[in-house]
Amino acid sequence: MAETLLTDPGQSPARLEGWRGIAADWASDQRAFKNVSWGKAMMWIFLLSDTFIFSCFLLSYMTARMSTTVPWPNPSEVFALNIAGKHIPLILIAIMTFILISSSGTMAMAVNFGYRRDRVRTAILMLVTAAFGATFVGMQAFEWTKLIMEGVRPWGNPWGAPQFGASFFMITGFHGTHVTIGVIFLIAIARKVFRGDFDVERRGFFTSRKGYYEIVEITGLYWHFVDLVWVFIFAFFYLW
Amino acid sequence: MVDIPYEGIRGIPPAEVPDVELYHPRSWWTRYVFSQDAKVIAVQYSLTATAIGLVALVLSWLMRLQLGFPGTFSFIDANQYLQFITMHGMIMVIYLLTALFLGGFGNYLIPLMVGARDMVFPYVNMLSYWVYLLAVLVLASTFFVPGGPTGAGWTLYPPQAILSGTPGQDWGIILMMSSLILFIIGFTMGGLNYVVTVLQARTRGMTLMRLPLTVWGIFTATVMALLAFPALFVASVMLLLDRLLGTSFFMPSLVEMGTLSKYGGGSPLLFQHLFWFFGHPEVYIVALPAFGIVSDLISTHARKNIFGYRMMVWAIVAIGALSFIVWAHHMYVSGMFPQFGYFFATTTLIIAIPTAIKVYNWVLTLWRGDIHLTVPMLFALGFIITFVNGGLTGLFLGNVVVDVPLSDTMFVVAHFHMVMGVAPIMVVLGAIYHWYPKVTGRMLNETLGKFHFWVTFLGAYLIFFPMHYLGLLGVPRRYFELGDATFIPSSAHSLNAFISVVALTVGFSQMVFLFNLAWSLFKGEPSGGNPWRATTLEWQTPETPPGHGNWGKELPVVYRWAYDYSVPGAAEDFIPQNQPPRATQLAQGAAS
Repeated sequence: MAETLLTDPGQSPARLEGWRGIAADWASDQRAFKNVSWGKAMMWIFLLSDTFIFSCFLLSYMTARMSTTVPWPNPSEVFALNIAGKHIPLILIAIMTFILISSSGTMAMAVNFGYRRDRVRTAILMLVTAAFGATFVGMQAFEWTKLIMEGVRPWGNPWGAPQFGASFFMITGFHGTHVTIGVIFLIAIARKVFRGDFDVERRGFFTSRKGYYEIVEITGLYWHFVDLVWVFIFAFFYLW
Repeated sequence: MVDIPYEGIRGIPPAEVPDVELYHPRSWWTRYVFSQDAKVIAVQYSLTATAIGLVALVLSWLMRLQLGFPGTFSFIDANQYLQFITMHGMIMVIYLLTALFLGGFGNYLIPLMVGARDMVFPYVNMLSYWVYLLAVLVLASTFFVPGGPTGAGWTLYPPQAILSGTPGQDWGIILMMSSLILFIIGFTMGGLNYVVTVLQARTRGMTLMRLPLTVWGIFTATVMALLAFPALFVASVMLLLDRLLGTSFFMPSLVEMGTLSKYGGGSPLLFQHLFWFFGHPEVYIVALPAFGIVSDLISTHARKNIFGYRMMVWAIVAIGALSFIVWAHHMYVSGMFPQFGYFFATTTLIIAIPTAIKVYNWVLTLWRGDIHLTVPMLFALGFIITFVNGGLTGLFLGNVVVDVPLSDTMFVVAHFHMVMGVAPIMVVLGAIYHWYPKVTGRMLNETLGKFHFWVTFLGAYLIFFPMHYLGLLGVPRRYFELGDATFIPSSAHSLNAFISVVALTVGFSQMVFLFNLAWSLFKGEPSGGNPWRATTLEWQTPETPPGHGNWGKELPVVYRWAYDYSVPGAAEDFIPQNQPPRATQLAQGAAS
């Protein structure tokens, strides 16, 4: 146990491949995830914790749906819209999903341009992502308004199990809050990118730490996560 | 594809964290109040947790007064008794033990023990404390709102938690849920810091398998907390919605005060599953840091390397993993599908294996060690003895057939107080005696410490050991008074009175401890940098108490594990982790 193994700070050791590489990294000093900065590691671990929150919400909703003794409202009917005289089930949700998935695309492009240090394009793509996100939240507000006008409440609705409204408002509300926070962060980071904070290594207002373009990628991680969660909500709440 | 130069390493050079990345306080306020230094945050966490813990201690005295001398104290009524029980349990488990072990010891010890200058994100770490303080204030405010705090029991089971008839139905339950949500948000901010600091900010030479077991315990507990608190978060949000908006997540249709309530179709069992998916890991969130710290106390004060270090690490990890699949052993009598009991009883009993490994290793570390009966060592020994007791009764309660008759009796109260009340508190106290010199630069008074230990240890045993017999007699828990039930002999009432007297005595001895903390701060013997002659990095800091940035100009470099005590041939009976091999050889040469 008293061995004196020490990685030489001057040179980076040869990387092993595959599982041996993982074992070597975890057995080494200083960092378990080589090349992963503190901020990125922290975001990944936060997302893991957040996954458990959304999983608990979804499992609770599924428990309620499976154990209720009154019929569950049919989502494709509830979330149908009459557009140009046609009755189209789930159309609004389909558009919302499309918008959110598209925003993941623009986010990925923003990350790419960020690492190329293309300030203007990065900022624009982040703002486009934020706009998609804001549109999504806006459509969610429209959907909430429509359902509330039709008489859906957290404690009941005209079509069946009261847990329908309760789960709907709670889960989409919690997800919508995540999207809103994401939009705010995207706008804040886009402003920093556009101003060139990361080129001149300007210090953060609160943390007094230097910023790097990596923050674009970290914001992206959060944004992709919020999208991925939506895919599960879409599948389990609307398509079931 | 354009080849994009990867910059992930920027900001964290391999061998040294640049000093400029540290936040430097500019005024008294940012140094001592809104401090981003993990050591100050640790002290803030500890003081807040101790303050709210004292409230819970006083509540326990009031409960014991009522139980020991029913009818004597007119200022305690049945509703208040339920409120005392609820707040005592909630404060002790979450706001005291969790916050003290992770926020207090975690913040102080992790950066020092892994050789970092601070937590990775000091600003977030500071926010963690302030949100925790807000959670504590919201919790404390329930004592002053109309109706008082909730009396639903610390498990807060619906439906009764939010029905009229339960004390604190107006405000207490709402504020309790809000406080829990705040606590979880605050903890998450701190917890992310602890995990990333251990994984990504260790110093040169500090491999995971050279970490002191204290860090392993706190680290594993933090990972568990990050995965278990989400369930409590979700349960709190849903219960809050049930109470505030009238949703029916947990509320079946039922008759409340003679009228059909507005609720219907919800599942009370769902709450129990969510609660215990948090609640059982929570037991180990409290226990694992205690396991880790006590390993270091025993090794240091027995001047002997810890026995089976690798097994100790794997046992911590195994306990952490297993604790996520045992939660329903709290629900054997709840109306869950009975055959689930087999699965959960099996997994529960399997946890006894890694736990027993740890106990054997502690004892084998003591075996033929050079045991110094210092105050930290006394508390460590006290921990082993109470923990073994509580662990053995855990085997009783883990079995379905034995648990069913013992459920909701004083036996359960005795069990969990032994295993996750007294045992971790023993470690907390021992750890305070151990690290107080590092935090303040002065030793705690040893005479007062020994008095404190013997009264606390013997007293705790006298309180909780007889409670097992009360439980076997069938004395129920959470009852305001026992009345004239024929199955309870009069000796049980005398025993209750005896327990209450001892409880008040033990409570008094804690005041001696608080006096010692305050007195030694000014009058204690100066300790020097390494009074226990310990190997771990926090004792090797250039200044005591450690200054801002912990390490002066250069970070320490680690050459060995944390347990080089009494190495044959070495000049001293301990070799610090950062002592280079060459220096050791020279010392050996000088000795021979």
